[in-house]
Amino acid sequence: MNFLDLIWLIPLIPLAGAAVMLFFGRRLSMTAIRAIGPGMVGLSLLLSLGAVAQLAGLEKKSHEVILCQWLPLIGADWGFLLDPLSSVMILVVTVVGFLIHVYATGYMAHEHGPYHGGYYRFFGYMNLFVFFMLTLVLANNYPLLFVGWEGVGLCSYLLIGFYFHKKSASDAANKAFIVNRIGDAGFLLGMFFLWTATGSLRFTEVNEALASARFAPEAGVFGLLSLTALLLFVGATGKSAQIPLFVWLPDAMEGPTPVSALIHAATMVTAGVYMCARSNALLALTPETSHIIAAVGAATAILAASIGLVQNDIKRVLAYSTVSQLGYMFVAVGVGAYWAAIFHLYTHAFFKALLFLGAGSVIHAMSGEQDMRRMGGLKDKIPVTFRTMFVASLTIAGIPPLAAFFSKDEILWQAWSSPLGSKALWTVGWITAAMTAFYMWRLMFMTFYGEGRMDERTRHHIHESPRSMTVPLTVLAAGSVVAGWIGMPKVFGETGFQQAFERWLEPVFEAAARAMHGAHEAAHHDATMEWALMGLSIGVAIGGILIARHVYLRLQEHERPTGGALYPVLYNKWYVDEVYNALLVEGLAKGGGGAMARFDAAVVDGGVNGTAWTTRLVSKISIWYDTWIVDGLVNLGAFTVRALSFPVRFFQTGFIHSYALMFLAGVLAIFGYYWWAR
Amino acid sequence: MTSNLLSLVLLTPLAGLVVLLFIPREKTALIKWWANLTAAAGFLVSLPLLVRFDRAAEGYQFVEKREWIPSLGVSYFLGIDGISLLLVMLTTAMGMIAIFYSWDVIKTREKEYYAMFLLQQTGMIGVFISLDFLLFYIFWELVLVPMYFIIGVWGGPRKLYAAIKFFLYTLAGGVLMLLGILTLYFQYAAQYGRYTFEITELMKLNLPLGMQQWVFWAFFLGFAIKVPMFPFHTWLPDAHTEAPTAGSVILAAVLLKMGTYGFIRFSLPLLPRASADQTIVTVLIVLSLIGILYGALVSLMQQDWKKLVAYSSVSHLGFCTLGIFALNEAGIAGSVIQQLNHGISTGMLFLIVGVIYERRHTRMIAEYGGLAHVMPNYAIVFAFAMLSSAGLPLLNGFVGEFTILQGAFQANRWWAAFAVPGVVFGAAYLLWLYQRTMFGEVTNEKNKGLPDLNWREWAVFVPLMIWALSIGVYPKPYFDILEKPVAQIVHRVHQTSTAVAQAGGTAREAISR
Repeated sequence: MNFLDLIWLIPLIPLAGAAVMLFFGRRLSMTAIRAIGPGMVGLSLLLSLGAVAQLAGLEKKSHEVILCQWLPLIGADWGFLLDPLSSVMILVVTVVGFLIHVYATGYMAHEHGPYHGGYYRFFGYMNLFVFFMLTLVLANNYPLLFVGWEGVGLCSYLLIGFYFHKKSASDAANKAFIVNRIGDAGFLLGMFFLWTATGSLRFTEVNEALASARFAPEAGVFGLLSLTALLLFVGATGKSAQIPLFVWLPDAMEGPTPVSALIHAATMVTAGVYMCARSNALLALTPETSHIIAAVGAATAILAASIGLVQNDIKRVLAYSTVSQLGYMFVAVGVGAYWAAIFHLYTHAFFKALLFLGAGSVIHAMSGEQDMRRMGGLKDKIPVTFRTMFVASLTIAGIPPLAAFFSKDEILWQAWSSPLGSKALWTVGWITAAMTAFYMWRLMFMTFYGEGRMDERTRHHIHESPRSMTVPLTVLAAGSVVAGWIGMPKVFGETGFQQAFERWLEPVFEAAARAMHGAHEAAHHDATMEWALMGLSIGVAIGGILIARHVYLRLQEHERPTGGALYPVLYNKWYVDEVYNALLVEGLAKGGGGAMARFDAAVVDGGVNGTAWTTRLVSKISIWYDTWIVDGLVNLGAFTVRALSFPVRFFQTGFIHSYALMFLAGVLAIFGYYWWAR
Repeated sequence: MTSNLLSLVLLTPLAGLVVLLFIPREKTALIKWWANLTAAAGFLVSLPLLVRFDRAAEGYQFVEKREWIPSLGVSYFLGIDGISLLLVMLTTAMGMIAIFYSWDVIKTREKEYYAMFLLQQTGMIGVFISLDFLLFYIFWELVLVPMYFIIGVWGGPRKLYAAIKFFLYTLAGGVLMLLGILTLYFQYAAQYGRYTFEITELMKLNLPLGMQQWVFWAFFLGFAIKVPMFPFHTWLPDAHTEAPTAGSVILAAVLLKMGTYGFIRFSLPLLPRASADQTIVTVLIVLSLIGILYGALVSLMQQDWKKLVAYSSVSHLGFCTLGIFALNEAGIAGSVIQQLNHGISTGMLFLIVGVIYERRHTRMIAEYGGLAHVMPNYAIVFAFAMLSSAGLPLLNGFVGEFTILQGAFQANRWWAAFAVPGVVFGAAYLLWLYQRTMFGEVTNEKNKGLPDLNWREWAVFVPLMIWALSIGVYPKPYFDILEKPVAQIVHRVHQTSTAVAQAGGTAREAISR
């Protein structure tokens, strides 16, 4: 069977599932929904495995399938591209997606309400999400990528607002959609710039054009290409929650926890990283923009980690952690280590999905409680959840030989050694690593160790989650351990896996190399330095864990405001939400919109009504003039005649005998006159 | 190709109207049946246009020409190209849907109501298929009359104000347009020695730029009021808000498109030099951009559900005029597709308001909240309409907006840059409206136990939803239909203006030598 020509089916199968559940969900039984929801993603997973296996056997590691034209004027087709980069992405999406779907069959079973508590609605949206996400990563051109991009945004909106009776949920959903749209505005413009520059929006053609002699790297100048790359990156800051558009992601935790795991940790939020990696040839030509990307990534990483230090809601800690880890990925993109960014994206998908699902399991056990100050001592009561989360927390802290150790360290090393990197970038990343270890183990100690701080009723209800939830946790935990081994650094010597990940992705990122025409020489490799830096990062990881242990296990200071004088600032998330709210919501939307609405009523419509009023006034004046002046003159004439005719009227009686009398009187008068005058 | 197909499409509603007049007014069921049958027949007879239309052919198709008033050079001259084809299809389809939706809604003076609707159908179709400028003008003004009565008789509380405002405002524009038409008419007579209103003939006119500009502004007032462009838009919220639902649907879906169509069919080809004139383009683009942003911001602050949708039209039509005056293929093709899209999406949004207004008799947003609990199907349809209007990819709105932005970008990057925030605001006002009406708990007692969509309402929405989805997923046929006519218009505008520029250049060179 030729799976390569069927790659278009990979997204389409979950779409079919979504359609069935959204149209007929109310008539389906719970069992049917349980089968369809994860089943469709499972089918996509199988197809993906088959296709990737066949891709590995190809000489040229790239296969395009074009179904038909879509937007002919910009040359965008319904076209799908499977290459090493998209193969990594579809595997991440389908594997993690499948596990999370399975988990959700257990987690969402407690939903109450009509039609199985919206069970069908949940899985319908989730399958729809998988469709859009797979479209995003399999598209062979930017506009179709944008279809997936906006589509996952829609599903994110629907799922954040899943509990739509809650104002906070629908507020968060709106915020996510609108903030993402701001990024999308940049993305749209970026696409047009790119299209104008290269004459195409198809990835292969864009890269071909960028590699041609027409374009030179814009080193030291911020030219059109740099602007193009920056606009695309604006799109990425929206979707991947980077400064300045990261504010929606923490609020997105209003959605059910499997949603946070799938959409707001493992897959959708990494779309920006994917898109930047996809645009590697462009970024290779634009070092100025790359610097900005690295700086934004580093700043986001440390800012989000600093906020994560003091959050008490278990999901919010993880949300800020996600923002921070995405920052790392953008550092990698910014220093030109695209494969390292994708490598971290891939390991992050495992351990962060695991952390969220574990948190979900904790919340499940705690009867919905999310505040870590009211947890503690769960270690022995929910052992599977504890053990898997333990692994994940070691991973994210960067303890070897777990997955994130390799991926995070590769980023730190690249930040140090790449021609586009700097010691400052490394330092920020290194401090962030220390903070990461601290906040993650703060979470672990507050949740699982010490005495339980929950009330009696909750304590009574604590139970381990069903197998449908613990099995995915275990699988993800295994992934969090071994996933990094295929990307071991060179200094580890010949392990067989050595840099397998980098070699697999090489055909994709070769575009960047070609575009640069060898402008940057390969980084000078200093093995001693790499070992030293590795030691330093392991050091801070252990240090962070130990400090957390000291504060939260030994001292039991769960209410202690960490961060000293900075605490209020950190706790209030650097007041970013407040500033945005004042500027954008109250200022631009309500202030500007309100002013415009008043302007419209008073001035624009006022002008129209004023014209009508003036017309009526003029017509009234005309009526007055007509009545009193024009008609008045006529009437005056009539009046004059009437006045003058006043004496005469007495004679005009109309009686024949009075005329005869007057005639007689006249005759007599005339004769009388002549008689008198004789 | 000679046929009487266009006459058939044009006169079917009118013939139905004549028969309708003989049905006694008490037989309301029969009146409704007959009106629906006529509207359906009107749609069915328009389908062969789509089938038999030759996408590869240049110029007008299905042309019919008969002398009418030979002494004045007025003829009954019909014909369509891809642009008018799509608008005619939109008219016949939306007319059928609007009439069908009215069944349970209109309970007074049914006979007059349906008569007005059928008359209006003929008027609108006539506007889109006339190739004689005077014939066009007659249909253009004819459309005013039924809409005036539809708003004024079957409208809401301020119906008289709205109806008179609508009538006088658009009439004023039309009169100025007539002056422009007559200018061309007499100029033609002066140049060619005979009188004609045929636009194919009038296109041969060679007018100096100054006169083209004057005529352009005369046309502009007529078309811009109809579109409506900022700042001539304030009749629209009133007319929309007060009109009965079906009236709003037709007003938004079809009537406004007469303005944009006017620009494309008459202003651009007849006055190519003025249309490409720097000042004129700048003014038109600036007004379009203001319309996009301003319409969206004003929408954001509306308390009245229907008024919000009305202002969103100002924003969407701003995109349409932006596309037209980008004066390139992508801009104009995108504009026509967006005109269609706006008809579908905004038509749906007005029907959405209508459905809830029938149940609760209020349009105030604050009266609602949590409707998704009591009317889940309604919530789904509304979400669909909202996303289609907000330009979500794979639905119709995106195809239009994207292509217009592409055209605007090609013409001038800044135009696209200023238009793009409209996409953000467009999502904002709709999402906020949706949140306030559909989400949350049902707090208002009166909203508890509201019935969900009935079969008639489903029957209205489903075809529109399918149409919206199909355009979003596979818009290629629309681009194919538009390719030739749009290329022709663009060619004409650019060829004429560059020819003049070159001529000017050669003249300057000659002088400098």
